[in-house]
Amino acid sequence: MGKYIGESVLRKEDPRLVTGEAKYLEDIQLSGMVHAVVKRSDYAHAKIKNIDTSEAEKVPGVIGVWTGKDFEDVNPMPCAWQAGGVDNNANTPRVLEIDKVTFTGQGVAVVVAEDRNIAEDASSKIVVDYEELPTVVSAEEAIKPGAPQLHENAPNNICMEWECGNQEGTEKALGEADVVVKEQLVNQRLIPSSMEPRGAIADYQPATEEFTVWMTSQAPHVHRLLATAFVFGIPETKMRVIAAHVGGGFGCKIFLYPEYCLVAALARKIERPVKWMETRSENFASTTHGRDHVTQIEVGAKNDGTINSLKVTTVANLGGTLSTIAPGIPTTLYGRLLSGTYKFPNIYCGVKGVYTNTGMVDAYRGAGRPEATYVVERALDLVANKLGMDVLDVRRKNFIQTNQFPYLPADGITKGLTYDSGDYEKPLNKALQMFNYGNFREEQKRARDEGKYLGVGFSTYIEACGVAPSAWIGVGGEGWGAGLWESANIRVHLTGKVVVTTGSSPHGQGTETTMAQIAADELGIPYEDVEVKYNDTLGTPFGYGTYGSRSAAVGGAALFNAVQKVKQKAVRIGAHMLEASPDDVVFEDGKVSVKGSPDQAKTIQEIAGAAALGYSLPEGDEPFLDETAYFDPPNTTWPFGTHICVVEVEKDTGSVMVKKYLAVDDVGNVVNPMIVDGQIHGGIAQGVAQALWESGEYNESGQLVSGSMMDYAIPRTDCLPSFELDRTVTPSPTNPLGVKGVGETGTIASTPAVVNAVMDALSPFGVTHLDMPLTSQKIWNAIQS
Amino acid sequence: MYPAEFDYVKVSSLEEAISLKQQGDENSILAGGHSLIPAMKLRLSTPKKLIDISGLNQYKNISNNGSHISIGALCTHKQCAESDVIQQNCPALSDAASVIGDPHVRNKGTIGGALAHSDPQADYPGAILALNATMVVKGSSGGRTIAADDYFTGLWETALGEGELLTEIRIPVNPMNANSCYVKFPQPASRYPYVGCGVALSSSGGNCSDIRVGFSGVGEWAFRDAGIENALKGQALNSSSIAAAAEKAAEGKAVLSDHFVSEEYRRAMSKVFAKRAITKVS
Repeated sequence: MGKYIGESVLRKEDPRLVTGEAKYLEDIQLSGMVHAVVKRSDYAHAKIKNIDTSEAEKVPGVIGVWTGKDFEDVNPMPCAWQAGGVDNNANTPRVLEIDKVTFTGQGVAVVVAEDRNIAEDASSKIVVDYEELPTVVSAEEAIKPGAPQLHENAPNNICMEWECGNQEGTEKALGEADVVVKEQLVNQRLIPSSMEPRGAIADYQPATEEFTVWMTSQAPHVHRLLATAFVFGIPETKMRVIAAHVGGGFGCKIFLYPEYCLVAALARKIERPVKWMETRSENFASTTHGRDHVTQIEVGAKNDGTINSLKVTTVANLGGTLSTIAPGIPTTLYGRLLSGTYKFPNIYCGVKGVYTNTGMVDAYRGAGRPEATYVVERALDLVANKLGMDVLDVRRKNFIQTNQFPYLPADGITKGLTYDSGDYEKPLNKALQMFNYGNFREEQKRARDEGKYLGVGFSTYIEACGVAPSAWIGVGGEGWGAGLWESANIRVHLTGKVVVTTGSSPHGQGTETTMAQIAADELGIPYEDVEVKYNDTLGTPFGYGTYGSRSAAVGGAALFNAVQKVKQKAVRIGAHMLEASPDDVVFEDGKVSVKGSPDQAKTIQEIAGAAALGYSLPEGDEPFLDETAYFDPPNTTWPFGTHICVVEVEKDTGSVMVKKYLAVDDVGNVVNPMIVDGQIHGGIAQGVAQALWESGEYNESGQLVSGSMMDYAIPRTDCLPSFELDRTVTPSPTNPLGVKGVGETGTIASTPAVVNAVMDALSPFGVTHLDMPLTSQKIWNAIQS
Repeated sequence: MYPAEFDYVKVSSLEEAISLKQQGDENSILAGGHSLIPAMKLRLSTPKKLIDISGLNQYKNISNNGSHISIGALCTHKQCAESDVIQQNCPALSDAASVIGDPHVRNKGTIGGALAHSDPQADYPGAILALNATMVVKGSSGGRTIAADDYFTGLWETALGEGELLTEIRIPVNPMNANSCYVKFPQPASRYPYVGCGVALSSSGGNCSDIRVGFSGVGEWAFRDAGIENALKGQALNSSSIAAAAEKAAEGKAVLSDHFVSEEYRRAMSKVFAKRAITKVS
């Protein structure tokens, strides 16, 4: 496209990140700042009978100790995305719980002290008198008669029941299928584990009643809106939210947490800045988790491999209370993806969202789409297995064909959204040029004869990202309680240097770099001349934040449109300077020149100077080049591709080694190949980790047994081979850049590829399905039996 | 980290450390700190005073005095992993040291600290038992030695007395220890062993003349496995005799289970890794 777009430009963010100069929340110190420590429930389900804070209050250096009763005037957190078109029996957390706790790790009291150590000491002296209640941690158990009831307004612990597709038609087609495969698929609970845990600092000015709150946030504007309008009942103009440098989120920092509001309430109460920063243990217990589905699938197919029906019923564990967008994840972001890259003629999906005595479950990298892709890609392998067909033949048989785009999946499961563009054979064929499938099958056979068990797994996935058309996803549609457009402002200063501000809120994605590439190319100026500012509600236009792989496809598109507005004004001013009509000049390579006379030109820097001085402007034009654009996408984008994983299973131990991992993704046009590859690398690592290692586990009394890095297995570099990546490029027609999202593709695609590979390796043992994580013990047990 | 309040003293002599330790059981010795400090972070450990012995340089040497290898208690895991003397004379120990934790842990953690802490999941004990090591300890009333076989006495417990410090680990120099190894099956999160197996073996004319087998990670504390040893001693060394001996692994021993692995699986893996370790030195 231009000089910078499409190039692996080095990241603007990196010098301060790699030198340690970047300031994270923990680095911020305010004058007079005090420290809060939250006392958390040790029980998963209990009534709070009494809290004795007297001993804690006596600790020297303690400023105060408060319980939930002290914050009855602060509203509960809002649930901003309730499943569309159905009742949601919403129960959300308060800044501190008052009567009852529904999971271990909920806040019940808070100590504020002059330093953190004192606050920790005092917190251990708070005595909470609980009346223990029976617990239930499994969503399937929670909906059975007689299960402990968590909330009065949610009979049988059901938050909501949601469906999409055509149940009757799908049942009928299943009856007409030559073969029907039934399986239970468990998509286990994951714990996001961002490198930086959560934290917040609040400062309050009594004279103006204004808050400034620093938060570990992926969405500062949304957090401000929710905290002010919903939790405190004050104008959003009375709060400034700043997201400092954020050390990763993977979704868990999209949400408005009780502690973020608690520090604000405390700062207002004591009129001193208050800081709260969670420990890793708190992060495990009290930050949101992801996934946790138990799903029954029925897939109907003809003998030739044509799939005629897919019926999916899922019980989704939402935890003890609802996090900010929890109900939207196992509904819209899951059910609407169940056609995959395939022309399934009949689809039905029914979902129950369920309360249990476990930590809150919300969006985690991929959010609903990994769960859907796992169902679809496992289903394809199970059908192939049943029919004795090759897994690729079944995929090809069912692929949506290139002449079917824009494609509308069956039974209204996408509620009107069409797949924007695609060519599903193309990445598969490219991947098969990199990986010789025929040779592998021969090698696999030889290896088995030697007692080595190799397996290959494929995932020819689709996902939906760059969320989302506001009217489609909003209140009257999918239930999202706001819009989902994005914004950008661009100012060209007197010297021609540019400042871009964006409503996106990057926290590791490299958006500062990619936005600068877009602005520099479109204006024809050096990349170094563009500064990109973000993460502060003061000085950036309102935006919904960074998640759902939307910052390039939606935020980048807003920037592109803002630059076009600047160019239009620059053309008018440039023409005026050249004493020509705007119709007689062109904007090219950073210059406005008279058509046919390239020497008669004014550079964008000269035009910016003239615009900023304002001495002589075209009639009707205001000084300065300063434009804002808001982009509401007409559709999500639909990336796709082929992932191939090769594993070896060790028979003696059941251990799995990932021998080879190959991915050919199509994420539309690519702004920065290095950044795109980096996103895919990280995504694959997290997806492989779900398949093989990670599992958030509670015992029956609701204690998190995987609550530390010693007990929760996140992947390390030595667990993974070097990934072999390539791409195809099918531009998206939904935005002017032609880009699709990439932040989550790796996570979405990789998990089923790994599981399919392990099942392929285990086929000599007659094993067709095991649930994740595929631990050595689970595999060994399966081999033994 | 936000530990409970504690005092800190950096000592300049072993005697000073012993005397401070004797002042109260709630005083803890700090060597590399890679077990103690994580426990303090979580307030699982709340020592009144930390007695930092990391400046006692005379306990940081590894040497071969002919009859035994002497390893100062403050030698880091990295030193033990990379020492030529250890690699040549008792490779089971360098094997174990090289797979402890990660580079950060190996750079700071010490062999004496690890053995005094006696974590049931630690790597060294399996190797120490196989190598028939001797622990040299000092207390206010002087020094004594403890055989490895007598050293591990319970969960987190050792034969170290009140106010006694481990100062040196001695590994006999003999052909059996020179023919030793340690193999490990790590838990994926902590990388502590599900099973760690140390073996030292001598043979003559294709027969096993002597063998010592130690297990880490399997039981509540490290143990020697007489079942395997007796099954193989005097037998011809071949794949079937090794497999048969390995089948005896952890027989009659209480085996741990946790949310990662069951007792049954850990027991089965003890057999697999015993077989691998024995095969490696046969």
